[in-house]
Amino acid sequence: MELYSLTAHELLEKLGKKEISVEGLCSSVRNRIEDTDSKVKAYVRLAGSPAVVNPKAINNGSLSGIPVSIKDNICTEGYNTECCSRILAGFKPPYDATVIRKLKDAGAIILESKTNMDEFAFGSSTENSCFGPTHNPWNLDCVPGGSSGGSAACVAADEAIIAIGSDTGGSIRQPAAFCGVVGLKPTYGRVSRYGLIAFASSLDQIGTFTKDIEDSCLLMQVISGHDPMDATSADLKIPDYTRSLGQDIRGLKIGIPKEYFIEGMNREVKTIVQEAIAKLKDLGAVIKEVSLPHTQYAVAVYYILGTAEASSNLARFDGVQYGFRAKASKLIEMYFKTRGQGFGQEAKRRILLGTFALSHGYYDAYYLKALKVRTLIKNDFDAVFQDCDCIITPTAPTPAFRIGEKSEEPLQMYLSDIYTISANLAGIPAISLPCGFVKNGLPVGLQILTKPFAEETLFQLGHAYERSTPWHKMKPKL
Amino acid sequence: MTYEPVIGLEVHVQLKTRTKIFCGCLTEFGAAPNTQVCPVCLGFPGALPVLNRLALEYAIKVGIALNCTVQEFTKFDRKHYYYPDLPKNFQISQYDLPICKNGFLDVEVNGLTRPIKILRAHLEEDAGKLIHEEDHSLVDLNRTGQPLLEIVTEPDIYSPEEAYEYLTNLKSIIQYLEVSDCDMEKGTLRCDANISLRPKGSGQLGTKSEIKNLNSFKAVRDALAYEIERHNQILNNQEKIIQETRLWDEKKGRTFPMRSKEEAKDYRYFPEPDLPPFMISKEKIAEIKKIIPELPKEKKLRFMRDYGLSEYDARILVMTREKAGYAQERLMAYPEKEKKSVANWINGPLAAIAAKLNCEINEIKISVKDFIDLIDLVENKQVINNLTGKEILEQMARTGKSPHNLIQEGNLSQISDEASLEKEISAVILANPKVVADVLSGKPNSIMFLVGQVMRQTQGKANPKVVQEILKRRIV
Repeated sequence: MELYSLTAHELLEKLGKKEISVEGLCSSVRNRIEDTDSKVKAYVRLAGSPAVVNPKAINNGSLSGIPVSIKDNICTEGYNTECCSRILAGFKPPYDATVIRKLKDAGAIILESKTNMDEFAFGSSTENSCFGPTHNPWNLDCVPGGSSGGSAACVAADEAIIAIGSDTGGSIRQPAAFCGVVGLKPTYGRVSRYGLIAFASSLDQIGTFTKDIEDSCLLMQVISGHDPMDATSADLKIPDYTRSLGQDIRGLKIGIPKEYFIEGMNREVKTIVQEAIAKLKDLGAVIKEVSLPHTQYAVAVYYILGTAEASSNLARFDGVQYGFRAKASKLIEMYFKTRGQGFGQEAKRRILLGTFALSHGYYDAYYLKALKVRTLIKNDFDAVFQDCDCIITPTAPTPAFRIGEKSEEPLQMYLSDIYTISANLAGIPAISLPCGFVKNGLPVGLQILTKPFAEETLFQLGHAYERSTPWHKMKPKL
Repeated sequence: MTYEPVIGLEVHVQLKTRTKIFCGCLTEFGAAPNTQVCPVCLGFPGALPVLNRLALEYAIKVGIALNCTVQEFTKFDRKHYYYPDLPKNFQISQYDLPICKNGFLDVEVNGLTRPIKILRAHLEEDAGKLIHEEDHSLVDLNRTGQPLLEIVTEPDIYSPEEAYEYLTNLKSIIQYLEVSDCDMEKGTLRCDANISLRPKGSGQLGTKSEIKNLNSFKAVRDALAYEIERHNQILNNQEKIIQETRLWDEKKGRTFPMRSKEEAKDYRYFPEPDLPPFMISKEKIAEIKKIIPELPKEKKLRFMRDYGLSEYDARILVMTREKAGYAQERLMAYPEKEKKSVANWINGPLAAIAAKLNCEINEIKISVKDFIDLIDLVENKQVINNLTGKEILEQMARTGKSPHNLIQEGNLSQISDEASLEKEISAVILANPKVVADVLSGKPNSIMFLVGQVMRQTQGKANPKVVQEILKRRIV
């Protein structure tokens, strides 16, 4: 068994027993990247094998010696962080994101090359990257999902042990489903956003990509917690997540929202998810149908609020202080040319949509209305959680689609996040875990959602399912 | 037709917190460019704002002092515009839920006191500074993120004088609260004025101009007076006012239209998602209310009541908190019941000396005891006369010596003893027969000329009252 194919908890055990060395582990991962990333293209700015960054590595921290791959929108001090956008070309942040600092403190080894993503996390396929698309390790003609496609693909391809991504409307869970790995979006406020280059501040959350639930617990234990640098981070105690491992799930109440199993959903995906639900029932969970009546408005609400915030967050990319600056003779010309040449098509589309939604005379009809519906969506979840411990849905309506298949149809692309967006709007935690494969060999993801700050329920349920199914052990042939 | 002006003022006050409003950078004035900056105030990607609680407290203090309702629920909003001194290209400000609303400030003009309505006071972050050079501009972001409180009046000011008084009172109150220096030269207080004219008695507002580049309260008053004249002329010529922003040119004494923006402004305000809304409890507001010091208006009334001062004297004494404290110490130390002379000595001679030394009254180093002794020596003991007293006061200010020492050193004691004055008085009577004749012929005021002559002969040491009495007796 190659070291790169193991999980962090397996490797930590071997490291602890001195069966393996950190150097050996790092070179195993580097060799794997050298061998396979020319096909997968999970990493960007990769010259041969990636350098590792962490002077403090190998301490007594809980992730000591474990390499971690980082999405290109999370700041790493002194190392390029470009959101896969031309406009941030050459940007080396002068500081570490809080998550990076915590990982370093825990002894993790940060890879210098970042993982590929849709530009500024705008997309569901990782095709909107200025570095070109990432390929799905299970079928190289398919997308890995997005926007954290690089982070999902590198874990699936064993080019990483664990990876960090960000999720604004499904950007962790949907690629995790498409690539057959575990992807967690924590509760809004659980993980500090300080140093995450914002797409939509009220929806963004940093989360994890891992090969199993136990690694997800391990990683969450390190990156969670209150941060005085992020006013939206919650000042709450972090439970010991490993305690939820190995617990049985008898009596756990699971809601199945009737609005999610709709026409247009892929038949195979539907069957596979229903089998997973049946499995959970066998394990003792209580299954009941529930209703989330405002589900149909989620995508519209998301594309108003998300683009409105994005148009504001991206205003700072103007060529004045950092990143790309177009040549110009006047200030206004510099603004126009820098932004015109620096942003890709989807970024421009979202900036325009968001600017429109916030414009005088349209604000009430779009932004304000969307805010109100957001509250209704949150209320739907609150009502269900009065009576259920969690909710189960498919992560995405289809398995991975082919590269280029939807890139000319933004609306079709937007609908691939139909099951994941609501969790961001409601601020609740959600996880995607592998639950089977369709006939052509592509993985399918099962989404579990739960109450705010109750990630341990996701781990409890996820681990129980994982222990009784083989899906997370499956590896793509590369 | 006669028109009346309607004026509204927007005042930006820089709150003197030690650190910026959304990060830990220092706010010291005069640091080398771009040395008081961090990823947050530079607007770097990924950096997030965290509110400085002290700025919030300062804003609440001002709100209470201006009789505002302090909102129990408040939030921040983003205001978007592109400019290189604004690194995020949006300013964190407050839009529809400002921290303070609906206050007023009493202003007195021509003996009439009237409350001027305050619409709102809200917190926001300051922008940086641009330094324009020949073919390029430099950006200094030290000021970026310094806390500002924007205080906006209703269109409820009706003359340039009222505007001037409003600003003077506002500055005085804020300085009393010790939340800002309110120094227009350093830019810690900035003011923009809106003005329009309307037919007298009309309830509607006319088309306004907004005046910027006002660098002193006097500039505000002069620019408003100029604009009233300009609007009057346009309206009387049956022409239309253009709504525009105009810049005051201090040297030329007139306003000029600012180059107009190409398009209408749309700031696209929306709630700042990086800062959750704030709940301010009634208890917190009550707590802050308790630490608000006695404000100028109350202090003035107390000075009038407790020390028997005139409204005029009291008003001048309470202008700044420091001066009021300085005055109060001396008023209390003065043993006589009648305290008016203390106010006179502070507002008269001491103020003149401060002006000469180019400092504030409270910076003059004369101890309470020495000051009171001097007044006592002039007013009660009549050891020296008023004129000599002023001279000694100035020497006290310059040397720090006591009045007794200075009187001794300069042999300046007033001569009140008749025998010592006999010689000089006789000489003056002999030398001015014509004036003596005038006095005798029923022009009693001519005697003052003779008093003056005696004062001259004695180098000002003679007690003028005693001299006058002797002269009267001798001539009649």
